[in-house]
Amino acid sequence: MSPLDYAVLLCSLLGIAAYGTWRARGRRDLSAYLKGDRTLGWAAIGLSVMATQASAITFLSTPGQGYESGLGFVQIYFGLPLALILIAAVFLPRYRRLNVYTAYEFLGQRFDARTRLLGAGLFLLQRGLGAGITIYAPAIVLSTVLGWPLDLTIVASGLLVILYTVLGGSQAVSVTQKYQMAVIFAGMATAFVVVLTRLPAGVTLGDAFTVAGGLHKLQALDFSFDLHRPYTVWSGLLGGFFLSLSYFGTDQSQVQRYVFGASLRESRLGLMFNAVAKIPMQFFILLLGALVFVFYQFEPAPVFFNRAAWNRQLAHDGGGGALPALAQDYAAVQTRQRALIQTWLDAKHAGDRPAAAAARAGAQAAWQQGEAVRGQVKTALHAADARVAASDADYVFITFILDHLPHGVIGLLVAAILAAAMSSKAAELNALGSTTTVDIYRHLVRREAPDAHYVAASKWFTVLWGLAALGFALVLHLAENLIQAVNILGSLFYGVVLGLFLVAFFLRRVGGPAVFWGALAAQALVLALYFSLTISYLWYNLIGCAACVLFGLIVQAARGRRESRPFAAP
Amino acid sequence: MKHPAGRPGADETAPPVGAEATGLPGLRRWGAVYALVFASFLLWLVLLAALSRAYA
Repeated sequence: MSPLDYAVLLCSLLGIAAYGTWRARGRRDLSAYLKGDRTLGWAAIGLSVMATQASAITFLSTPGQGYESGLGFVQIYFGLPLALILIAAVFLPRYRRLNVYTAYEFLGQRFDARTRLLGAGLFLLQRGLGAGITIYAPAIVLSTVLGWPLDLTIVASGLLVILYTVLGGSQAVSVTQKYQMAVIFAGMATAFVVVLTRLPAGVTLGDAFTVAGGLHKLQALDFSFDLHRPYTVWSGLLGGFFLSLSYFGTDQSQVQRYVFGASLRESRLGLMFNAVAKIPMQFFILLLGALVFVFYQFEPAPVFFNRAAWNRQLAHDGGGGALPALAQDYAAVQTRQRALIQTWLDAKHAGDRPAAAAARAGAQAAWQQGEAVRGQVKTALHAADARVAASDADYVFITFILDHLPHGVIGLLVAAILAAAMSSKAAELNALGSTTTVDIYRHLVRREAPDAHYVAASKWFTVLWGLAALGFALVLHLAENLIQAVNILGSLFYGVVLGLFLVAFFLRRVGGPAVFWGALAAQALVLALYFSLTISYLWYNLIGCAACVLFGLIVQAARGRRESRPFAAP
Repeated sequence: MKHPAGRPGADETAPPVGAEATGLPGLRRWGAVYALVFASFLLWLVLLAALSRAYA
């Protein structure tokens, strides 16, 4: 990165953080600190919800998914619009009516203190671990590629987020997220334009689609009923629906973003904005990855995109070993594949279908040979050093950025990635601090105190969670795809938490003790199944939710009488 | 610490669920907004299916 890149990076990130802190300065009462001033319109809410979900992993890992596996990952979002409609229609009015600080307060009102603590505890457990991953994930990639020290990257980016989250509270998070999303959109749009302009002369967008489609990168939908396939239309619709319903409807990091809008209308429209925009946004990010794949069909591509790991192993082998020969094999395959693709496109332009089909078949065979070589490289590197991830998908997009984008734009893209990291981290820390203060500290430790005391407590809990996440990130080691790791962790807990809320909303006859024990049994079942089955992780959202509801009903039936407390239904 | 629905600060003036005006031209009821959002989702499904088929 050049000085210009660093200037763009620092100005955009520090400027946004400083502005957010300044806008939200001096909040002394708990409501203003945790809920903001309740003036946010639908656009700010919608962007805040989007920024909370779209972590740096989204912008590092998703284009890599598009490069590696094509558009199929978009199916995970199919349940999202339906979930957001249900949340806007059912969850949101109840949260606003009861004027709760956290979603788990609602459980306390509907059931009992124990169930409230269970919901809050499951949230704190999985979100606390998730916060560590969201700090670690971009840091490992950026430090590897840019040569920054990993620990310093983790600590510096983490401390900056802790600082403005603590100083400004919920309002600072929402305000900064709006501008962080602007940087992110600008960065991704620029990358999209640049990759198109960098295609060879004579290769049109249609040609790029032809090549990507011919090499299986544009297969967006999979209608098979195979439970072991990670992404199908059915797992996306069902598992994705329950994952989204739980994440947006019961995860405090999201609830806190939309429930305190200027009005119910603004909050609802903010959610509907996401319901409409999320699938196209993820589609374009995946398509960007597929286009980067096409770009590398005309340009020499590294045999392994994590070049730091590659160079480390080469140095370890002293220039010998299998890697140099594999790199030569890959380069030879790429040269042959490039010629075949050019023949394929020439034949297509000439309208010579048989020749195009023959060249396409040849290009497909060459691509598979290249993938086989890449597979050998990944296996060799992973075998030599288990810390090296078997997949290099997370390094594809950042490698493309650094190698092929102009200076200034590189700074903007790295700023976009770090802005995404900071926006999601800030929302997580804000929610962790709020939940610990409201559901644990104010509920169990100190029930009556001035607001200033709870604001101070919330700030301290935010600092503690931030430092815990930093500590977790510093000792963390992930060997698999980063975005997948976050989704797996969420899927193991989200289903049960969602089950608690669905029982609260729709099954009035089930009381606190029944749903509490039902939820514990359901969580145990999910963990037992996860360690014994190999089905797609998305299904655990459905399983956890269904088990919680079912076990709650069974326990309630066994107890034989209604024990729920009166609840003010909207 | 309980917060009954009628506590100070609660959104007591909120209209019944679904009754608040959308403020959107041509979409006066929230049901219509949700239907439009669902239709946009279906449109994306169709477009993705068409893309997959066209470049299979």
